[in-house]
Amino acid sequence: MSLLQLEDISKKFGQVVVGEGITFQLEQGDAVGIVGPNGAGKTSLFAMISGDIAPDSGAILFDGHNIAHLSPAKRARAGIGRTYQVPRPFENMTVFENALVAAQQGARTRGQKSYDLALGALERTGLAPFANRQAGSLTLLHRKRLELARALSTAPRVLLLDEIAGGLTDLEVNELTAIIRSLRSDGIAVVWIEHVVRALLTTVERLLCLASGVVVADGEPKSVLASDAVRSVYLGGRVLETRGPNE
Amino acid sequence: MSIVTPGAKQHGAPSVRRSSTSPIYTLVGALVLVILLTMAPWIVPAQASSTLMNFFILVIMATMWNLLAGYAGMVSIGQQAFIGLGAYATLYFALKGVNPFVTIPLSTLTCAVIAVPVTFLLFRLRGGYFAIATWVVSDTALLIIGAIPFLGGGTGKLMPGLQSLSPAQTAHYSYLATWIVALVVVTGTYLLLRSRLGLVLASIRDNEVAARSAGVNVQSARRLIFVIAAAGCGAAGAVLAISQPFIQPLSVFNIQWAAEMLFVSMIGGLGTIEGPIIGSILYFVLQQTLQQYGAWYLIIFGSLAVVVALWQPRGLWGAFRERFHGELLPVGYWLREPK
Ligand SMILES: Nc1ncnc2c1ncn2[C@@H]1O[C@H](COP(=O)(O)OP(=O)(O)OP(=O)(O)O)[C@@H](O)[C@H]1O
Ligand SMILES: [Mg+2]
Repeated sequence: MSLLQLEDISKKFGQVVVGEGITFQLEQGDAVGIVGPNGAGKTSLFAMISGDIAPDSGAILFDGHNIAHLSPAKRARAGIGRTYQVPRPFENMTVFENALVAAQQGARTRGQKSYDLALGALERTGLAPFANRQAGSLTLLHRKRLELARALSTAPRVLLLDEIAGGLTDLEVNELTAIIRSLRSDGIAVVWIEHVVRALLTTVERLLCLASGVVVADGEPKSVLASDAVRSVYLGGRVLETRGPNE
Repeated sequence: MSIVTPGAKQHGAPSVRRSSTSPIYTLVGALVLVILLTMAPWIVPAQASSTLMNFFILVIMATMWNLLAGYAGMVSIGQQAFIGLGAYATLYFALKGVNPFVTIPLSTLTCAVIAVPVTFLLFRLRGGYFAIATWVVSDTALLIIGAIPFLGGGTGKLMPGLQSLSPAQTAHYSYLATWIVALVVVTGTYLLLRSRLGLVLASIRDNEVAARSAGVNVQSARRLIFVIAAAGCGAAGAVLAISQPFIQPLSVFNIQWAAEMLFVSMIGGLGTIEGPIIGSILYFVLQQTLQQYGAWYLIIFGSLAVVVALWQPRGLWGAFRERFHGELLPVGYWLREPK
Protein backbone atom coordinates (compact mmCIF):
# COMPACT_ATOMS: atom_id res chain seq x y z
CA MET A 1 0.00 0.00 0.00
CA SER A 2 1.41 3.35 -1.04
CA LEU A 3 1.57 6.31 1.30
CA LEU A 4 0.04 8.62 -1.27
CA GLN A 5 -1.74 7.50 -4.36
CA LEU A 6 -3.32 9.66 -7.06
CA GLU A 7 -5.60 7.89 -9.50
CA ASP A 8 -6.67 9.48 -12.74
CA ILE A 9 -6.98 13.01 -11.39
CA SER A 10 -8.48 15.58 -13.73
CA LYS A 11 -9.22 19.25 -13.21
CA LYS A 12 -10.17 22.19 -15.40
CA PHE A 13 -10.52 25.87 -14.61
CA GLY A 14 -12.97 26.81 -17.35
CA GLN A 15 -11.04 26.06 -20.52
CA VAL A 16 -7.69 25.74 -18.76
CA VAL A 17 -6.69 22.13 -18.17
CA VAL A 18 -4.55 21.84 -15.05
CA GLY A 19 -4.86 18.10 -14.60
CA GLU A 20 -5.69 15.29 -16.99
CA GLY A 21 -5.45 11.69 -15.94
CA ILE A 22 -2.71 12.31 -13.38
CA THR A 23 -1.72 9.04 -11.74
CA PHE A 24 1.20 8.53 -9.42
CA GLN A 25 2.25 6.84 -6.23
CA LEU A 26 4.52 7.82 -3.43
CA GLU A 27 6.08 5.59 -0.78
CA GLN A 28 7.30 6.52 2.67
CA GLY A 29 10.64 8.33 2.52
CA ASP A 30 10.43 8.94 -1.24
CA ALA A 31 11.73 12.17 -2.69
CA VAL A 32 10.12 13.22 -5.94
CA GLY A 33 10.79 16.37 -7.93
CA ILE A 34 8.19 18.00 -10.17
CA VAL A 35 9.14 20.23 -13.07
CA GLY A 36 7.07 21.77 -15.81
CA PRO A 37 6.53 25.06 -17.57
CA ASN A 38 4.61 27.95 -15.98
CA GLY A 39 0.91 27.22 -15.82
CA ALA A 40 1.44 23.47 -16.21
CA GLY A 41 -0.73 22.77 -13.18
CA LYS A 42 1.96 21.96 -10.60
CA THR A 43 0.65 24.18 -7.86
CA SER A 44 -2.90 23.08 -8.66
CA LEU A 45 -1.81 19.49 -8.16
CA PHE A 46 -0.58 20.34 -4.65
CA ALA A 47 -3.82 22.20 -3.98
CA MET A 48 -5.77 19.07 -4.87
CA ILE A 49 -3.64 16.89 -2.59
CA SER A 50 -3.85 19.34 0.32
CA GLY A 51 -7.56 19.94 -0.20
CA ASP A 52 -7.50 23.62 -1.12
CA ILE A 53 -9.25 22.77 -4.40
CA ALA A 54 -11.28 19.73 -5.39
CA PRO A 55 -10.46 17.69 -8.51
CA ASP A 56 -13.23 17.25 -11.11
CA SER A 57 -12.67 13.52 -11.09
CA GLY A 58 -10.26 10.89 -9.81
CA ALA A 59 -9.30 9.55 -6.39
CA ILE A 60 -6.67 10.55 -3.87
CA LEU A 61 -5.68 7.89 -1.35
CA PHE A 62 -3.54 8.64 1.66
CA ASP A 63 -2.38 5.66 3.64
CA GLY A 64 -4.98 3.60 1.77
CA HIS A 65 -7.91 5.86 2.68
CA ASN A 66 -9.77 8.03 0.24
CA ILE A 67 -9.24 11.59 1.42
CA ALA A 68 -11.18 13.29 -1.37
CA HIS A 69 -13.88 14.50 0.98
CA LEU A 70 -11.63 15.62 3.84
CA SER A 71 -11.11 19.31 4.59
CA PRO A 72 -7.60 20.78 4.28
CA ALA A 73 -7.36 20.83 8.08
CA LYS A 74 -8.17 17.12 8.35
CA ARG A 75 -5.60 16.32 5.67
CA ALA A 76 -3.00 18.37 7.51
CA ARG A 77 -3.80 16.46 10.69
CA ALA A 78 -3.56 13.17 8.80
CA GLY A 79 0.00 14.04 7.80
CA ILE A 80 -0.05 16.09 4.62
CA GLY A 81 2.04 19.23 5.02
CA ARG A 82 2.41 21.86 2.34
CA THR A 83 4.16 25.14 1.65
CA TYR A 84 2.83 27.90 -0.60
CA GLN A 85 4.67 29.17 -3.64
CA VAL A 86 3.74 32.70 -2.64
CA PRO A 87 4.36 32.58 1.12
CA ARG A 88 1.32 33.02 3.34
CA PRO A 89 2.71 33.89 6.75
CA PHE A 90 0.48 34.83 9.67
CA GLU A 91 1.84 38.34 9.45
CA ASN A 92 0.73 39.74 12.78
CA MET A 93 1.98 36.75 14.72
CA THR A 94 5.56 36.04 15.68
CA VAL A 95 7.61 33.45 13.83
CA PHE A 96 7.34 31.15 16.84
CA GLU A 97 3.56 31.55 16.99
CA ASN A 98 3.34 30.74 13.28
CA ALA A 99 4.99 27.40 13.93
CA LEU A 100 3.18 26.89 17.23
CA VAL A 101 -0.32 27.05 15.78
CA ALA A 102 0.68 24.40 13.24
CA ALA A 103 2.16 22.24 16.00
CA GLN A 104 -0.97 22.55 18.13
CA GLN A 105 -3.56 22.16 15.37
CA GLY A 106 -1.78 20.18 12.65
CA ALA A 107 0.12 17.82 14.94
CA ARG A 108 -2.47 17.90 17.75
CA THR A 109 0.08 18.63 20.46
CA ARG A 110 -0.32 20.69 23.63
CA GLY A 111 1.76 22.64 26.10
CA GLN A 112 5.44 21.90 26.28
CA LYS A 113 5.21 19.28 23.53
CA SER A 114 3.87 21.86 21.12
CA TYR A 115 6.60 24.33 22.13
CA ASP A 116 9.27 21.68 21.49
CA LEU A 117 7.85 20.76 18.12
CA ALA A 118 7.59 24.37 16.95
CA LEU A 119 11.00 25.29 18.25
CA GLY A 120 12.53 22.18 16.70
CA ALA A 121 11.11 23.21 13.32
CA LEU A 122 12.53 26.73 13.72
CA GLU A 123 15.93 25.33 14.69
CA ARG A 124 15.93 23.04 11.72
CA THR A 125 15.11 25.77 9.24
CA GLY A 126 17.49 28.30 10.78
CA LEU A 127 14.69 30.58 11.97
CA ALA A 128 15.30 30.23 15.70
CA PRO A 129 17.07 33.63 15.95
CA PHE A 130 13.93 35.24 14.50
CA ALA A 131 11.50 33.46 16.81
CA ASN A 132 10.11 36.65 18.37
CA ARG A 133 9.97 38.67 15.15
CA GLN A 134 6.64 39.52 13.57
CA ALA A 135 6.33 37.25 10.55
CA GLY A 136 5.19 40.22 8.48
CA SER A 137 8.64 41.80 8.87
CA LEU A 138 10.53 38.86 7.37
CA THR A 139 12.36 38.99 4.03
CA LEU A 140 11.23 36.71 1.21
CA LEU A 141 13.99 34.21 1.97
CA HIS A 142 12.86 33.91 5.57
CA ARG A 143 9.21 33.81 4.59
CA LYS A 144 9.97 30.78 2.44
CA ARG A 145 11.75 29.17 5.35
CA LEU A 146 8.80 29.95 7.55
CA GLU A 147 6.56 28.11 5.09
CA LEU A 148 8.81 25.09 5.56
CA ALA A 149 8.98 25.49 9.35
CA ARG A 150 5.21 25.74 9.62
CA ALA A 151 4.65 22.70 7.43
CA LEU A 152 7.22 20.77 9.49
CA SER A 153 5.46 21.75 12.71
CA THR A 154 2.39 19.80 11.61
CA ALA A 155 4.56 16.66 11.89
CA PRO A 156 3.88 15.65 8.27
CA ARG A 157 4.41 12.27 6.66
CA VAL A 158 4.29 13.83 3.22
CA LEU A 159 5.72 17.26 2.63
CA LEU A 160 4.65 19.20 -0.47
CA LEU A 161 7.21 21.92 -1.24
CA ASP A 162 6.24 24.54 -3.81
CA GLU A 163 9.25 26.44 -5.21
CA ILE A 164 10.96 27.12 -1.93
CA ALA A 165 14.38 27.52 -3.56
CA GLY A 166 13.44 30.18 -6.11
CA GLY A 167 15.67 33.26 -5.87
CA LEU A 168 18.17 31.77 -3.43
CA THR A 169 21.96 31.98 -3.80
CA ASP A 170 23.98 28.79 -4.34
CA LEU A 171 24.97 28.74 -0.69
CA GLU A 172 21.37 29.10 0.47
CA VAL A 173 20.26 26.41 -1.97
CA ASN A 174 22.86 24.06 -0.52
CA GLU A 175 21.64 24.76 3.00
CA LEU A 176 18.09 24.10 1.93
CA THR A 177 18.83 20.83 0.14
CA ALA A 178 20.73 19.65 3.22
CA ILE A 179 17.62 20.33 5.33
CA ILE A 180 15.40 18.48 2.88
CA ARG A 181 17.73 15.48 2.75
CA SER A 182 17.69 15.31 6.53
CA LEU A 183 13.87 15.24 6.43
CA ARG A 184 14.01 12.25 4.11
CA SER A 185 16.21 10.38 6.51
CA ASP A 186 13.50 10.96 9.12
CA GLY A 187 11.13 9.04 6.88
CA ILE A 188 9.18 12.05 5.59
CA ALA A 189 8.23 11.70 1.93
CA VAL A 190 8.98 14.86 -0.05
CA VAL A 191 7.40 16.13 -3.24
CA TRP A 192 9.20 19.20 -4.47
CA ILE A 193 8.14 21.54 -7.26
CA GLU A 194 11.15 23.51 -8.43
CA HIS A 195 12.40 25.34 -11.51
CA VAL A 196 15.96 25.26 -10.12
CA VAL A 197 16.65 21.75 -11.35
CA ARG A 198 20.21 21.62 -10.04
CA ALA A 199 18.78 21.83 -6.52
CA LEU A 200 16.35 19.04 -7.29
CA LEU A 201 19.04 16.78 -8.71
CA THR A 202 21.01 16.74 -5.46
CA THR A 203 17.93 15.73 -3.50
CA VAL A 204 15.38 13.67 -5.40
CA GLU A 205 15.69 10.22 -6.90
CA ARG A 206 12.66 10.56 -9.10
CA LEU A 207 11.46 13.33 -11.35
CA LEU A 208 8.05 14.02 -12.80
CA CYS A 209 7.39 16.42 -15.63
CA LEU A 210 3.98 18.04 -15.92
CA ALA A 211 2.79 19.92 -19.01
CA SER A 212 -0.75 21.25 -19.49
CA GLY A 213 -1.93 19.01 -16.68
CA VAL A 214 -0.46 15.84 -18.16
CA VAL A 215 2.40 13.82 -16.70
CA VAL A 216 4.68 13.62 -19.73
CA ALA A 217 7.57 11.88 -17.99
CA ASP A 218 8.15 10.13 -14.67
CA GLY A 219 11.28 8.32 -13.62
CA GLU A 220 14.98 8.63 -12.90
CA PRO A 221 15.81 12.37 -13.01
CA LYS A 222 18.64 12.36 -15.56
CA SER A 223 16.76 10.20 -18.02
CA VAL A 224 13.58 12.23 -17.55
CA LEU A 225 15.46 15.41 -18.36
CA ALA A 226 17.01 13.76 -21.41
CA SER A 227 13.71 12.38 -22.69
CA ASP A 228 12.17 13.64 -25.90
CA ALA A 229 8.89 14.41 -24.14
CA VAL A 230 10.52 16.82 -21.72
CA ARG A 231 12.71 18.37 -24.41
CA SER A 232 9.70 19.12 -26.57
CA VAL A 233 7.81 20.62 -23.62
CA TYR A 234 10.62 23.05 -23.00
CA LEU A 235 11.40 23.68 -26.66
CA GLY A 236 11.30 27.40 -27.17
CA GLY A 237 10.12 27.83 -23.62
CA ARG A 238 11.98 28.26 -20.39
CA VAL A 239 15.36 26.50 -20.43
CA LEU A 240 15.93 24.24 -17.47
CA GLU A 241 18.94 24.95 -15.36
CA THR A 242 20.56 21.56 -15.12
CA ARG A 243 24.08 22.48 -14.06
CA GLY A 244 24.64 21.05 -10.61
CA PRO A 245 26.35 23.24 -8.01
CA ASN A 246 29.35 20.91 -7.86
CA GLU A 247 29.52 19.89 -11.46
CA MET B 1 6.14 29.94 33.71
CA SER B 2 9.74 29.30 32.80
CA ILE B 3 10.11 26.06 30.93
CA VAL B 4 13.22 24.35 29.64
CA THR B 5 13.07 23.31 26.01
CA PRO B 6 15.25 20.41 24.91
CA GLY B 7 14.71 21.12 21.18
CA ALA B 8 17.00 24.13 21.23
CA LYS B 9 20.63 23.15 21.28
CA GLN B 10 22.60 25.91 19.57
CA HIS B 11 20.89 28.75 21.36
CA GLY B 12 20.79 27.36 24.86
CA ALA B 13 17.38 26.46 26.17
CA PRO B 14 14.86 29.23 25.60
CA SER B 15 11.82 29.35 27.79
CA VAL B 16 8.35 30.25 26.60
CA ARG B 17 6.72 33.24 28.24
CA ARG B 18 3.33 34.76 27.70
CA SER B 19 4.40 38.38 27.91
CA SER B 20 7.41 40.37 26.77
CA THR B 21 7.25 42.62 29.80
CA SER B 22 6.41 42.11 33.44
CA PRO B 23 2.61 41.86 33.81
CA ILE B 24 2.72 43.34 37.31
CA TYR B 25 1.84 46.94 36.30
CA THR B 26 -1.06 45.79 34.16
CA LEU B 27 -2.34 43.62 36.99
CA VAL B 28 -2.15 46.39 39.59
CA GLY B 29 -3.70 48.85 37.14
CA ALA B 30 -6.53 46.46 36.33
CA LEU B 31 -7.20 45.84 40.00
CA VAL B 32 -7.42 49.56 40.81
CA LEU B 33 -9.75 50.06 37.85
CA VAL B 34 -11.98 47.19 38.92
CA ILE B 35 -12.28 48.55 42.46
CA LEU B 36 -13.00 52.09 41.24
CA LEU B 37 -15.62 51.00 38.73
CA THR B 38 -17.31 48.75 41.27
CA MET B 39 -17.60 51.66 43.71
CA ALA B 40 -18.58 54.21 41.04
CA PRO B 41 -22.29 54.44 41.96
CA TRP B 42 -21.27 55.55 45.45
CA ILE B 43 -18.75 58.15 44.29
CA VAL B 44 -20.02 59.65 41.06
CA PRO B 45 -23.37 61.37 40.34
CA ALA B 46 -26.24 59.25 39.06
CA GLN B 47 -25.97 60.84 35.62
CA ALA B 48 -22.34 59.73 35.32
CA SER B 49 -22.99 56.17 36.38
CA SER B 50 -25.78 55.94 33.84
CA THR B 51 -23.32 57.12 31.16
CA LEU B 52 -20.83 54.53 32.39
CA MET B 53 -23.49 51.88 32.03
CA ASN B 54 -24.06 52.76 28.39
CA PHE B 55 -20.32 52.70 27.97
CA PHE B 56 -20.13 49.17 29.39
CA ILE B 57 -22.88 47.98 27.06
CA LEU B 58 -20.96 49.40 24.12
CA VAL B 59 -17.73 47.74 25.31
CA ILE B 60 -19.50 44.38 25.53
CA MET B 61 -20.97 44.71 22.05
CA ALA B 62 -17.75 45.98 20.47
CA THR B 63 -15.69 43.24 22.11
CA MET B 64 -18.05 40.63 20.69
CA TRP B 65 -18.10 42.24 17.26
CA ASN B 66 -14.32 42.31 17.26
CA LEU B 67 -14.22 38.56 17.90
CA LEU B 68 -16.57 38.06 14.98
CA ALA B 69 -15.08 40.42 12.43
CA GLY B 70 -11.59 41.13 13.70
CA TYR B 71 -10.64 37.52 14.38
CA ALA B 72 -13.04 35.11 12.73
CA GLY B 73 -13.60 37.19 9.59
CA MET B 74 -17.38 37.30 9.97
CA VAL B 75 -18.73 40.77 9.26
CA SER B 76 -22.11 40.79 10.93
CA ILE B 77 -24.50 43.70 10.58
CA GLY B 78 -27.18 41.76 12.41
CA GLN B 79 -25.80 41.44 15.94
CA GLN B 80 -28.78 43.50 17.13
CA ALA B 81 -30.68 40.23 16.66
CA PHE B 82 -29.07 38.94 19.84
CA ILE B 83 -29.33 42.25 21.68
CA GLY B 84 -33.06 42.09 21.02
CA LEU B 85 -33.39 38.40 21.78
CA GLY B 86 -31.41 38.86 25.00
CA ALA B 87 -33.69 41.72 26.04
CA TYR B 88 -36.83 39.78 25.19
CA ALA B 89 -35.60 36.61 26.86
CA THR B 90 -35.16 38.67 30.00
CA LEU B 91 -38.66 40.09 29.63
CA TYR B 92 -40.05 36.62 29.06
CA PHE B 93 -38.41 35.10 32.12
CA ALA B 94 -39.38 38.12 34.23
CA LEU B 95 -42.99 37.80 33.10
CA LYS B 96 -42.79 34.18 34.22
CA GLY B 97 -41.81 35.43 37.65
CA VAL B 98 -38.04 35.13 37.61
CA ASN B 99 -36.11 37.94 39.27
CA PRO B 100 -34.90 40.23 36.42
CA PHE B 101 -31.30 40.08 37.64
CA VAL B 102 -31.37 36.30 37.73
CA THR B 103 -32.59 36.25 34.12
CA ILE B 104 -29.27 37.65 32.83
CA PRO B 105 -27.42 34.30 32.71
CA LEU B 106 -30.60 32.58 31.46
CA SER B 107 -30.98 35.05 28.60
CA THR B 108 -27.30 34.73 27.75
CA LEU B 109 -27.67 30.98 27.49
CA THR B 110 -30.88 31.31 25.47
CA CYS B 111 -29.09 33.43 22.87
CA ALA B 112 -26.21 30.94 22.68
CA VAL B 113 -28.66 28.11 22.05
CA ILE B 114 -30.55 30.07 19.37
CA ALA B 115 -27.24 30.94 17.67
CA VAL B 116 -26.30 27.31 17.02
CA PRO B 117 -28.95 26.52 14.36
CA VAL B 118 -28.50 30.05 12.96
CA THR B 119 -24.87 29.24 12.11
CA PHE B 120 -25.99 26.35 9.94
CA LEU B 121 -28.01 28.78 7.84
CA LEU B 122 -25.50 31.62 7.78
CA PHE B 123 -22.36 29.59 7.17
CA ARG B 124 -23.56 28.63 3.71
CA LEU B 125 -22.87 32.22 2.72
CA ARG B 126 -19.66 34.21 2.45
CA GLY B 127 -18.58 37.85 2.67
CA GLY B 128 -21.23 40.38 1.73
CA TYR B 129 -23.93 37.74 1.47
CA PHE B 130 -23.16 36.61 4.99
CA ALA B 131 -23.41 40.19 6.26
CA ILE B 132 -26.76 40.76 4.60
CA ALA B 133 -28.04 37.41 5.86
CA THR B 134 -27.23 38.39 9.46
CA TRP B 135 -29.39 41.44 8.95
CA VAL B 136 -32.18 39.26 7.58
CA VAL B 137 -31.89 37.06 10.67
CA SER B 138 -32.22 40.13 12.86
CA ASP B 139 -35.27 41.41 11.00
CA THR B 140 -36.86 37.99 11.13
CA ALA B 141 -36.34 37.87 14.89
CA LEU B 142 -37.87 41.34 15.17
CA LEU B 143 -40.94 40.29 13.18
CA ILE B 144 -41.46 37.13 15.20
CA ILE B 145 -41.07 38.87 18.55
CA GLY B 146 -43.34 41.72 17.44
CA ALA B 147 -46.09 39.19 16.72
CA ILE B 148 -46.18 37.71 20.21
CA PRO B 149 -48.88 39.44 22.30
CA PHE B 150 -47.53 37.96 25.54
CA LEU B 151 -44.33 39.99 24.99
CA GLY B 152 -46.22 43.17 24.19
CA GLY B 153 -46.33 42.81 20.42
CA GLY B 154 -45.15 45.79 18.41
CA THR B 155 -45.72 48.37 21.15
CA GLY B 156 -43.58 46.77 23.82
CA LYS B 157 -43.95 46.08 27.50
CA LEU B 158 -42.72 47.27 30.86
CA MET B 159 -40.17 45.06 32.54
CA PRO B 160 -41.86 43.51 35.58
CA GLY B 161 -40.19 42.61 38.84
CA LEU B 162 -38.41 45.94 39.32
CA GLN B 163 -41.31 47.92 40.79
CA SER B 164 -40.61 46.76 44.33
CA LEU B 165 -37.26 48.56 44.18
CA SER B 166 -36.82 52.33 44.52
CA PRO B 167 -35.56 54.09 41.34
CA ALA B 168 -32.20 54.66 43.03
CA GLN B 169 -31.93 51.00 43.95
CA THR B 170 -32.86 49.93 40.43
CA ALA B 171 -30.23 52.24 38.97
CA HIS B 172 -27.65 51.01 41.41
CA TYR B 173 -28.31 47.32 40.85
CA SER B 174 -28.49 47.62 37.10
CA TYR B 175 -25.19 49.49 37.14
CA LEU B 176 -23.57 46.65 39.05
CA ALA B 177 -25.14 44.02 36.79
CA THR B 178 -23.93 45.80 33.65
CA TRP B 179 -20.47 46.31 35.06
CA ILE B 180 -20.16 42.66 36.09
CA VAL B 181 -21.32 41.48 32.66
CA ALA B 182 -18.78 43.78 30.98
CA LEU B 183 -16.03 42.56 33.28
CA VAL B 184 -16.88 38.92 32.62
CA VAL B 185 -17.07 39.48 28.85
CA VAL B 186 -13.77 41.35 28.61
CA THR B 187 -11.91 39.03 30.99
CA GLY B 188 -13.40 35.98 29.29
CA THR B 189 -12.42 37.30 25.87
CA TYR B 190 -8.93 37.96 27.10
CA LEU B 191 -8.57 34.43 28.49
CA LEU B 192 -10.03 33.04 25.27
CA LEU B 193 -7.49 34.93 23.18
CA ARG B 194 -4.66 33.67 25.38
CA SER B 195 -5.81 30.08 24.99
CA ARG B 196 -5.14 27.63 22.17
CA LEU B 197 -8.29 28.91 20.51
CA GLY B 198 -6.85 32.42 20.62
CA LEU B 199 -3.86 31.35 18.55
CA VAL B 200 -6.23 29.63 16.13
CA LEU B 201 -8.29 32.83 15.82
CA ALA B 202 -5.21 34.94 15.23
CA SER B 203 -4.11 32.61 12.43
CA ILE B 204 -7.54 32.75 10.78
CA ARG B 205 -7.47 36.53 11.09
CA ASP B 206 -4.09 36.69 9.33
CA ASN B 207 -4.50 34.07 6.61
CA GLU B 208 -7.43 31.73 6.42
CA VAL B 209 -6.04 29.49 3.66
CA ALA B 210 -2.73 28.98 5.41
CA ALA B 211 -4.54 28.36 8.69
CA ARG B 212 -6.49 25.52 7.15
CA SER B 213 -3.43 23.83 5.75
CA ALA B 214 -1.71 24.21 9.11
CA GLY B 215 -4.47 22.03 10.55
CA VAL B 216 -6.86 24.70 11.81
CA ASN B 217 -10.51 23.74 11.69
CA VAL B 218 -11.75 27.14 10.58
CA GLN B 219 -15.41 26.17 10.45
CA SER B 220 -15.69 24.95 14.02
CA ALA B 221 -13.69 27.90 15.36
CA ARG B 222 -16.08 30.22 13.53
CA ARG B 223 -19.13 28.43 14.87
CA LEU B 224 -17.86 28.67 18.42
CA ILE B 225 -17.09 32.38 18.03
CA PHE B 226 -20.51 33.08 16.53
CA VAL B 227 -22.17 31.38 19.48
CA ILE B 228 -19.98 33.23 21.99
CA ALA B 229 -20.69 36.58 20.30
CA ALA B 230 -24.42 35.82 20.35
CA ALA B 231 -24.23 35.01 24.05
CA GLY B 232 -22.27 38.20 24.80
CA CYS B 233 -24.69 40.37 22.85
CA GLY B 234 -27.56 38.54 24.54
CA ALA B 235 -26.11 39.49 27.92
CA ALA B 236 -25.82 43.10 26.74
CA GLY B 237 -29.49 42.96 25.68
CA ALA B 238 -30.46 41.56 29.07
CA VAL B 239 -28.81 44.35 31.03
CA LEU B 240 -30.18 46.86 28.56
CA ALA B 241 -33.68 45.54 29.21
CA ILE B 242 -33.23 45.94 32.96
CA SER B 243 -31.85 49.45 32.74
CA GLN B 244 -34.44 50.82 30.29
CA PRO B 245 -36.88 49.28 31.56
CA PHE B 246 -39.62 49.63 28.91
CA ILE B 247 -38.88 47.16 26.13
CA GLN B 248 -39.81 47.95 22.57
CA PRO B 249 -38.97 45.74 19.61
CA LEU B 250 -37.83 48.58 17.34
CA SER B 251 -35.44 49.95 19.93
CA VAL B 252 -33.76 46.72 21.05
CA PHE B 253 -33.54 45.31 17.50
CA ASN B 254 -32.25 48.65 16.20
CA ILE B 255 -29.55 48.39 13.54
CA GLN B 256 -27.86 51.33 15.26
CA TRP B 257 -26.39 48.81 17.71
CA ALA B 258 -24.60 47.09 14.85
CA ALA B 259 -23.41 50.42 13.47
CA GLU B 260 -22.02 51.44 16.87
CA MET B 261 -20.14 48.21 17.46
CA LEU B 262 -18.73 48.36 13.95
CA PHE B 263 -17.51 51.97 14.20
CA VAL B 264 -16.11 51.53 17.66
CA SER B 265 -14.16 48.36 16.85
CA MET B 266 -12.85 49.75 13.60
CA ILE B 267 -11.64 53.00 15.09
CA GLY B 268 -10.09 51.34 18.11
CA GLY B 269 -8.54 48.54 16.09
CA LEU B 270 -9.83 45.20 14.89
CA GLY B 271 -8.00 42.05 15.83
CA THR B 272 -6.72 43.29 19.18
CA ILE B 273 -8.46 43.01 22.53
CA GLU B 274 -7.63 46.60 23.50
CA GLY B 275 -8.97 48.14 20.28
CA PRO B 276 -12.73 47.99 20.96
CA ILE B 277 -12.24 49.34 24.49
CA ILE B 278 -10.17 52.27 23.21
CA GLY B 279 -12.79 52.86 20.52
CA SER B 280 -15.61 52.86 23.07
CA ILE B 281 -13.77 55.35 25.26
CA LEU B 282 -13.26 57.65 22.30
CA TYR B 283 -16.90 57.34 21.31
CA PHE B 284 -18.08 58.39 24.76
CA VAL B 285 -15.56 61.20 25.14
CA LEU B 286 -16.70 62.63 21.80
CA GLN B 287 -20.34 62.12 22.65
CA GLN B 288 -20.02 63.82 26.05
CA THR B 289 -17.92 66.79 24.87
CA LEU B 290 -19.95 67.48 21.74
CA GLN B 291 -23.33 66.77 23.31
CA GLN B 292 -24.56 70.37 23.13
CA TYR B 293 -23.99 70.49 19.37
CA GLY B 294 -26.56 67.78 18.65
CA ALA B 295 -25.64 64.91 16.39
CA TRP B 296 -22.22 66.30 15.48
CA TYR B 297 -20.45 63.66 17.50
CA LEU B 298 -22.00 60.99 15.28
CA ILE B 299 -20.91 62.76 12.11
CA ILE B 300 -17.39 63.24 13.44
CA PHE B 301 -17.29 59.67 14.63
CA GLY B 302 -18.48 58.30 11.30
CA SER B 303 -15.93 60.37 9.38
CA LEU B 304 -13.25 59.21 11.78
CA ALA B 305 -14.21 55.60 11.07
CA VAL B 306 -13.82 56.18 7.33
CA VAL B 307 -10.46 57.91 7.80
CA VAL B 308 -9.19 55.10 10.01
CA ALA B 309 -10.45 52.40 7.63
CA LEU B 310 -8.58 54.08 4.76
CA TRP B 311 -5.31 55.01 6.40
CA GLN B 312 -4.94 52.92 9.51
CA PRO B 313 -6.81 49.62 8.99
CA ARG B 314 -5.40 48.30 12.26
CA GLY B 315 -7.09 51.15 14.10
CA LEU B 316 -5.78 53.50 16.77
CA TRP B 317 -4.52 50.73 18.99
CA GLY B 318 -2.81 49.09 16.02
CA ALA B 319 -1.03 52.35 15.25
CA PHE B 320 0.02 52.73 18.85
CA ARG B 321 1.32 49.19 18.96
CA GLU B 322 3.31 49.58 15.78
CA ARG B 323 5.06 52.64 17.19
CA PHE B 324 5.65 51.60 20.78
CA HIS B 325 5.54 47.82 20.60
CA GLY B 326 3.50 47.93 23.76
CA GLU B 327 0.67 45.68 24.86
CA LEU B 328 -1.65 46.19 27.77
CA LEU B 329 -3.12 42.71 27.66
CA PRO B 330 -0.54 40.37 26.16
CA VAL B 331 -1.86 37.23 24.50
CA GLY B 332 1.25 36.11 22.60
CA TYR B 333 4.16 33.78 23.20
CA TRP B 334 7.69 34.99 23.79
CA LEU B 335 10.84 32.93 23.64
CA ARG B 336 13.45 34.03 26.12
CA GLU B 337 17.05 33.02 26.14
CA PRO B 338 18.28 31.80 29.51
CA LYS B 339 20.40 34.31 31.45
N1 LIG C 1 -8.25 29.20 -8.67
C1 LIG C 1 -8.02 29.29 -10.00
N2 LIG C 1 -9.00 29.73 -10.84
C2 LIG C 1 -8.79 29.82 -12.15
N3 LIG C 1 -7.66 29.50 -12.76
C3 LIG C 1 -6.65 29.05 -12.01
C4 LIG C 1 -6.78 28.93 -10.58
N4 LIG C 1 -5.62 28.46 -10.09
C5 LIG C 1 -4.80 28.31 -11.14
N5 LIG C 1 -5.41 28.66 -12.29
C6 LIG C 1 -4.83 28.58 -13.64
O1 LIG C 1 -4.43 27.25 -13.83
C7 LIG C 1 -3.21 27.20 -14.53
C8 LIG C 1 -2.21 26.37 -13.76
O2 LIG C 1 -1.83 27.07 -12.59
P1 LIG C 1 -0.77 26.50 -11.56
O3 LIG C 1 -0.58 27.54 -10.53
O4 LIG C 1 -1.18 25.16 -11.11
O5 LIG C 1 0.53 26.38 -12.46
P2 LIG C 1 2.03 26.04 -12.04
O6 LIG C 1 2.43 24.86 -12.81
O7 LIG C 1 2.18 25.98 -10.58
O8 LIG C 1 2.78 27.33 -12.63
P3 LIG C 1 4.04 28.15 -12.05
O9 LIG C 1 5.25 27.43 -12.50
O10 LIG C 1 3.90 29.48 -12.72
O11 LIG C 1 3.90 28.21 -10.57
C9 LIG C 1 -2.77 28.63 -14.77
O12 LIG C 1 -3.14 28.99 -16.08
C10 LIG C 1 -3.57 29.41 -13.76
O13 LIG C 1 -3.86 30.69 -14.24
MG1 LIG D 1 3.10 27.03 -9.19
